[in-house]
Amino acid sequence: MSASVDADSGLPTTSPVDDWPTDYDIFDADYVTDPYPIWDDLRGECPVAHTERWGGSWLPTRYEDVVEMARMVPVLSSTDPIVVRPPDAASDVPGGYHTVNAPPISSDPPVHTWSRRLILPWFSPKATAEHEPFTRELCNRLIDEVIDTGRIDGAQQYAQQIPPRVIAKLLGVDGAKADEFTEWVRGVLELGLTNPALRQKSRELIRNFFMSEIADRQKNPSDDLISEMLRTEIDGKPLDLVHIAGTCNLMLVAGIDTTWSSIGSALWHLATHDDDRRRLVDDPALIPTAVEELLRAYSPVTMARVVSEDVDFNGCPMKAGDKVLMNFPAANRDPEAFENPNDVIIDRQRNRHVAFGVGIHRCAGSNLARMEMQVSIEEFLRRIPEFSLDDSATVTWAGGQVRGPRQLSLVF
Amino acid sequence: MRIVVDSDKCEGHNRCYSLAPELVEVDDYGYATAKGDGVVPPGLEEKARLAVDNCPEFAITLVDD
Repeated sequence: MSASVDADSGLPTTSPVDDWPTDYDIFDADYVTDPYPIWDDLRGECPVAHTERWGGSWLPTRYEDVVEMARMVPVLSSTDPIVVRPPDAASDVPGGYHTVNAPPISSDPPVHTWSRRLILPWFSPKATAEHEPFTRELCNRLIDEVIDTGRIDGAQQYAQQIPPRVIAKLLGVDGAKADEFTEWVRGVLELGLTNPALRQKSRELIRNFFMSEIADRQKNPSDDLISEMLRTEIDGKPLDLVHIAGTCNLMLVAGIDTTWSSIGSALWHLATHDDDRRRLVDDPALIPTAVEELLRAYSPVTMARVVSEDVDFNGCPMKAGDKVLMNFPAANRDPEAFENPNDVIIDRQRNRHVAFGVGIHRCAGSNLARMEMQVSIEEFLRRIPEFSLDDSATVTWAGGQVRGPRQLSLVF
Repeated sequence: MRIVVDSDKCEGHNRCYSLAPELVEVDDYGYATAKGDGVVPPGLEEKARLAVDNCPEFAITLVDD
């Protein structure tokens, strides 16, 4: 389906949805801004919905189904994990989807197994803790810039600024390019989903950047992840440079929009729920528990799978080539799995949420994302304990693959 | 009471480790195992239950020997 983009909202304009179970649209403005009632209806009426829009896909909404699907490897394959199919091979660019992948997220075993093992030590609790002081200092610098003005765009001036600098540090690339990284990632994962030319161009920019970084590390090895991958051998052979570029691509794409969206959603919640905010201000030790609840309630990420062989899923005739949207956000609002799922219970103790996915593709960067969320919320609340939405401004949300606020004007 | 981590099910979410670091440890890849013999010392029973109830992979159980 082709679509144009609404000049005000930046969202694609498509024909209105008449029947969500058979014609859902993940880019529909109502779905992006408030998907929860739609999921509730679908869960009761048609727990695995289908649409022909955007290349066609299936959409589960029950926790049990999403978890089961995540384990259906490789029948539900990860070789194409973006919710909208990439542009076809004929229009591919250097670094496009048909030349550079994003392992391990875009792979099934056996490639998935070793490529994931390669990066996991960089994201262990111990490894991510090493980035905490840098993150805390960064948060404070961002707050310093606005503290005297009484206002901040929580999405653009705070949440958006943190993940690209942290991931740049981890990768060993220039954090001063953070705004460019964000633009490229939005080009791939957000704006580019409905704009194939932008999507291709952004992929090419990411690929060119990393190929140049890789070439540099070949000459000047250091202790960063790129250099480590260059030193790695699999079955006695050095890693293919395209694989390295692909993994770097993943780090950038998966590490920026997602965490930015989570921090932004958390700030939106705290701006609109005074009791929860004051409770965390009074008891910062509760923040790690609150972060899990905010991750559950406002899970940002929907990944995709592609059906590799015809399969019947609870009566849904899934055909090879169909896409399945791993609706982790809806799973986390399922009343069968969570008591009062639509209430944010800031000290919820029992919380098996799947915001980071479940099974072998559990988000490899989840410890890093949690650290960034905890530190960014701790520092924001410590420095700006009282804040609210700016009533004169509109909050805008992005959705599709990654949901979160994109304009979040706050006053304090 | 003993805490048991099924290493076939663990996918390294690290929820148990953040909730009950006294009871579980994680390796360099983030995969969890019970600390020592897994026996839950008095006073840590609630932490053990939280570790169980927050594992998205249902990889942790408590057993009474």
